Amino acid sequence: MQFILALFGALGARVNGAITRLGFASRFILAVLRLSGPSFVRFTLTIREIYFAGVMSLVIISVSGLFVGMVLGLQGYDILVRYASADAVGSMVALSLLRELGPVVAALLFASRAGSAITAEIGLMKTTEQLAAMEMMAVDPIARVVAPRFWGGVISMPILAAIFSIVGIFGGYLIAVILIGVDEGAFWSQMQAAVDLGSDVGNGFIKSFVFGIAVTWIAVFEGYDAPPTAEGVSGATTRTVVWSALAILGLDFILTALMFRGA
Amino acid sequence: MAEEPVVSLQNVSFGYDRTRLVLSDISLVVPRGKLVALMGGSGCGKTTILRLLGGVMRPTSGSARVFGCDMTTIRVAELYGLRRRMGMLFQFGALFTDLSVFDNVAFPMRERTDLPESIIRDLVLMKLHAVGLRGAHGLMPHQLSGGMARRVALARGIALDPQLMMYDEPFTGLDPISLAIIGQLIRRLNDALGASSIIVTHDVEESLRIVDYVYFVAEGRIIAEGTPDAVRKSAAPFVRQFVHGEADGSLPFHYPAPPYREQLMGR
Repeated sequence: MQFILALFGALGARVNGAITRLGFASRFILAVLRLSGPSFVRFTLTIREIYFAGVMSLVIISVSGLFVGMVLGLQGYDILVRYASADAVGSMVALSLLRELGPVVAALLFASRAGSAITAEIGLMKTTEQLAAMEMMAVDPIARVVAPRFWGGVISMPILAAIFSIVGIFGGYLIAVILIGVDEGAFWSQMQAAVDLGSDVGNGFIKSFVFGIAVTWIAVFEGYDAPPTAEGVSGATTRTVVWSALAILGLDFILTALMFRGA
Repeated sequence: MAEEPVVSLQNVSFGYDRTRLVLSDISLVVPRGKLVALMGGSGCGKTTILRLLGGVMRPTSGSARVFGCDMTTIRVAELYGLRRRMGMLFQFGALFTDLSVFDNVAFPMRERTDLPESIIRDLVLMKLHAVGLRGAHGLMPHQLSGGMARRVALARGIALDPQLMMYDEPFTGLDPISLAIIGQLIRRLNDALGASSIIVTHDVEESLRIVDYVYFVAEGRIIAEGTPDAVRKSAAPFVRQFVHGEADGSLPFHYPAPPYREQLMGR
């Protein structure tokens, strides 16, 4: 009996703690949005963060995109050739990338490359009292440090996802057309006929935008909320990657269910 | 009528919750142009006093006035205005690691004033010259020694010519030469700026050399105060123990614990 009570108590405490933190995170993001003015008035602040979050992620995004596209080319050909529709490999590669893999895999990579860096940087700035020093200089750290990083991530993410998809389609082309010898005209014309600007490219863009908000929100909040110790910052960095991955996959299911209902 | 002191705390108490007070019944003044030290062991609440003065936290009871403003009821907008007249040196400098020495010192000017870049450049070089580091303006914080970083942070602290400087443990972790340099700088800059300063420290020797008045804090209370000369001659047990660095005295060496013998015997 004692044991069951303790179990429920612990469960309740965890749920309570999670809801409290979600509340903090929500109030935090509202504060970030309210104090976002300087991020756009002094756009150089945000450009710097686009560089660190976006440009510095280009290598991992392009290389991963290339390999994912090449794998899709191989697998797609292997399956489609059984139904004598090897020509459709182009549309299969493009649709998989634009609808799902581009936004999702790019966001996962973005979370582990840029999200963790944002968390660690803000967490260390807090640990070394840089944020407190800023506050004592009458400069709000949310406006000066957090908001530019947030917008830098939100702006970078859709662009990275687009680059991932483009490089991936090129990888699929390399395998299917150059290596295997699928007809080039069929590859591209099938793709052009199958891909719809609104429902495929547009929805993929919306997904990557939503993932960008989720990942950067988690990253800046975990950094700002990190306990000011080495252990605290490392824990926060891990939490950013774990929660981002869960958020991306969960949101992807919800968005897919809303966007593609077999219409 | 006497001039109002820059800082005046009257019977200030502070606690994070109602049951445990971090500070109780603190009264102190920092007159204009003076250098005042708050001394006490680690964790006695000294830094909390600085936080109250900076408006990071508010007193639970009592009256705290900085530049004549009541810190218990001040609004955030006013607080930001007030902070423009304050400078603070953090324990390890708290330099912005992603900015160069020059940009660190320029930071408050760029953020808080509309001065043109050419004037900011001259001002930054003047501030760096005052701390002897004009030649280091192109370095990054990680290229500086501890003492140099502290001096850059000092230059940044005085960037907007504050009327009240606050120093949080400015001497911690410095070699004797850097320590003497920082000590002299604090005194010189205070007098040159016509500012008032408050130093939180546990470095007895260096601070007694430079300050005008000392408050001793222990367990969240002010237990002794006086000029450096009076403090050196004081017969009060805690002050003697602190000034002469004795391990055991009125402040016990042991953290409160059950009787040693009983605990070892497992009872």
